[in-house]
Amino acid sequence: MRRRFLFVRNRKAATGLVILGIYVLFAIIGPWVAPYDPSARGNDLVQGPSSAHWFGTTHLGQDIFSQILVGTRSVIYVGFLAGLIATTLSVLIGVTAGYLGGKTDDALSVLSNVILVIPAIPLMIIITSILENASDTLIALVIGLTSWSWNARVLRAQTLSLRRRDYVEASRASGEKTWRIVIFELLPNLTAVIASGFVGTVIFAVLSEITLAFIGITSNDGWNWGTVLFWAQGQQALGQHAWWWFVPAGLAIALLGTALSLINFGIDEFVSPRLRSAGTTKLKTASGGTVRMRIGFTPVLSAPREGK
Amino acid sequence: MDPILEIRHLDVDYGLGDRAVRAVRDVSLTLHRGEVLGLAGESGSGKSTLAYGLTRLLAPPGVISGGQVIYHPASGEPYDVLSLSDNGLRQFRWAETAIVFQGAMNSLNPVHKISTQLTDVLKAHEPSMSEHTRQARAREMLKLVGISPDRMDAYPHQLSGGMRQRVMIGMALILQPQVVIMDEPTTALDVVMQRQILGQLIELRERLGFSVIFITHDLSLLVEFSNRIAIMYGGRIVEEAPAATLYRDALHPYSKGLLSSFPALRGPRRELAGIPGSPPDLAAMPAGCSFHPRCPRAFEPCSVTIPVLGRPDATGRTVACWLHPSADAADSPGVSVASGEH
Amino acid sequence: MRYFLQRIAFYLFTAFAAITLNFFIPRLVPGDPVQSLIAKYQGQISTQAIQSLYVLFGLDKKQSLWSQYIDYWKQILHGDLGLSFTFFPAPVSQVIGQALPWTVLLVGITTIVSFFLGTGLGVLAGWRRGSWTDGLLPVTTFFSSVPYFWLGIIAIYLLTGPGSFFPSSGGFDSGLVPAFDQYFIPSAIRHSLLPALTILISSVSGWILSMRNMMVTVASEDYITVAHAKGLSERRVALSYAARNALLPSVSGFALALGFIVGGTLLVEIVFSYPGLGFTLVQALGAKDYPLMQGIFLVLTISVLVANLLADVAYLLLDPRTRKEG
Repeated sequence: MRRRFLFVRNRKAATGLVILGIYVLFAIIGPWVAPYDPSARGNDLVQGPSSAHWFGTTHLGQDIFSQILVGTRSVIYVGFLAGLIATTLSVLIGVTAGYLGGKTDDALSVLSNVILVIPAIPLMIIITSILENASDTLIALVIGLTSWSWNARVLRAQTLSLRRRDYVEASRASGEKTWRIVIFELLPNLTAVIASGFVGTVIFAVLSEITLAFIGITSNDGWNWGTVLFWAQGQQALGQHAWWWFVPAGLAIALLGTALSLINFGIDEFVSPRLRSAGTTKLKTASGGTVRMRIGFTPVLSAPREGK
Repeated sequence: MDPILEIRHLDVDYGLGDRAVRAVRDVSLTLHRGEVLGLAGESGSGKSTLAYGLTRLLAPPGVISGGQVIYHPASGEPYDVLSLSDNGLRQFRWAETAIVFQGAMNSLNPVHKISTQLTDVLKAHEPSMSEHTRQARAREMLKLVGISPDRMDAYPHQLSGGMRQRVMIGMALILQPQVVIMDEPTTALDVVMQRQILGQLIELRERLGFSVIFITHDLSLLVEFSNRIAIMYGGRIVEEAPAATLYRDALHPYSKGLLSSFPALRGPRRELAGIPGSPPDLAAMPAGCSFHPRCPRAFEPCSVTIPVLGRPDATGRTVACWLHPSADAADSPGVSVASGEH
Repeated sequence: MRYFLQRIAFYLFTAFAAITLNFFIPRLVPGDPVQSLIAKYQGQISTQAIQSLYVLFGLDKKQSLWSQYIDYWKQILHGDLGLSFTFFPAPVSQVIGQALPWTVLLVGITTIVSFFLGTGLGVLAGWRRGSWTDGLLPVTTFFSSVPYFWLGIIAIYLLTGPGSFFPSSGGFDSGLVPAFDQYFIPSAIRHSLLPALTILISSVSGWILSMRNMMVTVASEDYITVAHAKGLSERRVALSYAARNALLPSVSGFALALGFIVGGTLLVEIVFSYPGLGFTLVQALGAKDYPLMQGIFLVLTISVLVANLLADVAYLLLDPRTRKEG
């Protein structure tokens, strides 16, 4: 419990979680609180931000703020669903390969490496281009199925090293059932790795969905940030100097991505504290500078000897 | 005897400010010219922290929070190693004090040939030396530790564990330092290899005349290979005496415990007994003598007052134990501190 | 050598898997996509192209799946990727042949520059922790979260326009004919600068971060302490001991990350209308030119495999432990 508490106390992770929470909130309430129907045409064509249209309007007079707000749901939905699918696959394949070893491991490792090396975005493009009327769920499925391999590799390596630990060896020797060892001995020790893999995949899935939408592969059931950019690009928003058309969507992606990366930094630093940025302190060294922790040159404090 | 390295009231912490944990407490120790000083104790007693601390090689979050390390060079005035500048410290390292690290497996850089790793020391410390001379010197060192010079171009992974440790010893001696610190130099090796390498090292010491600080948890090795032994417990030195004296007649109950945890090499057989309990938690040291919870002979003052090192007799040996109060009236009787916290 | 042969066997297998995937994906389409394409183009597709479409989608009922597969392999091995109908009557291989050099030069050079620059900065950030380089991290995190193509759009918006040095689209000035002469080459370089910069800024942060973390991990290895104890210069310890070892996982990561990077760079080409594979791909996508899309996928995959092989050679040269098994 205390360890978990410490994770949230990590400043990076906490910031990331708060931002992510706001996005999830918008994903839920977005369509209800949006000031306009994102597809409804209006009379103000390609207008800059105003009190009526916070993020301006499109060539059809649609409200861009509403498009972004409504589009959040699709982005979060696809990101999390794809992340969930990819994480489940990577745990199944990575842990199985690492734990069972031998021929199973060889086969599964080759499979993950093949998927890893094949360029993911082009693969998604040729798959989704063939599907007519893809729904968000289907797009999430395609992204999930093509992006599990990196985490599977990481999990396999982790499982391999865990399997050699004493307590796992002991459980095996005492005839414990394989599934019990995996669930009670291995998985709890893989939590951080799985979590950071999940977060990483969500980032990748969000970027992939937006990329696909940007080149015109999008679900028919509504808006996402990529669709906004698709129309901005298609309608020469740049030529019309309509910066409000593409800047908000990009910043929304960047902020979400940054939040997710911060969570991952938090997890990484939680797992290996060495990665933390070394802060300077108020204490003084013998030479009068502030103490900087340095490998190879242990700091010498000039603090007075206490109590003697 | 001439001192060569004097450690004075050294304190080493892990962490800063409130979170600091003191791993070495007020340690004073002197290494004399030409001697082998053994440093023994269980893991966590602070013996390695002491060795890395005095050369400022302790990894973060280690900090040196007090004390001095006075080095007496072969010629010139003595100076405090801890107050050297970065560049001064770089020049001091290896040229004056070299270290043979524990675990030779990871002490060599896996991507460079051993010749490169031998000669880069020379490049750093004697920049005027020609490449040809450097190579010749590296070859000579390998020969000295019993490795054929045609292994110069080998990579660390191509050598056995024993050979790697010999390379490390050769590397330590390449600048002819005055002091060699050996931190568990042979723990990763089998017993035969251990004695072979240590024997060789002692022989080299007689030939080249350097002094050695030999750190190990294996007291039997120290009894055999060192002149004087200091025993550490809970970050402090609890007893210090000539090796033979300590072996024959250890005063501190902890030293006795350590001695009885290995079989006698010669002489009458003793009962083998380990020390019950485990080393103290540095973050929560017991009050009084830190050994008293495990001590079979603890009595009333032990849990209250920390004993200081004193001389129990006129031989010059020292011990910090209430069973053997200082015979020297000039020594203060002890520090009335309820606990060792800082 | 054994290690190397293993890698080559793996790449051959991956190429085989990609080709097989390419064969099956069109066959999973429900209904009759050819009819809908014919309807869409309203008779503008030649009968020859229609025939090749039927073969592509496996709607050629005269053949079994297996013999279709064998025929497909025969075609591939002859370098025949079918006919493009956006660029009719050009064969796919010819369309790709024109686009490929642009992508290879732009993406190839930029990726290598990005790797070296990012690795260099990562060495600094990992070694001098607590200094200004720590400030790099939030910036790089932000840039790695932005889609490459969006950064391209912003670059076009901010840096191009009338009178700007940077052209906003294309691979060379219109009116020039591709040739290795003093007019074409400078024009091509000028057109590639902004796309290259976009890719560089987007991809460099990943290298900085991974190298920094590797440096931090390596810095606590015993041999680094030994290097300090030997009194070597800071430079020598940082570069020859720490960075040299931290580089190894970075190089193998380079190979694996290529598949991801290529995806992002394709989109940059689209934004800049750069005449490479990505731009061609989006044109093919708009026209539902399946043979061209598939051809591009295949060529991209094989290019990534070749790049992987090169990274393996680099790894082999850098790590004496893999070289050992002669």
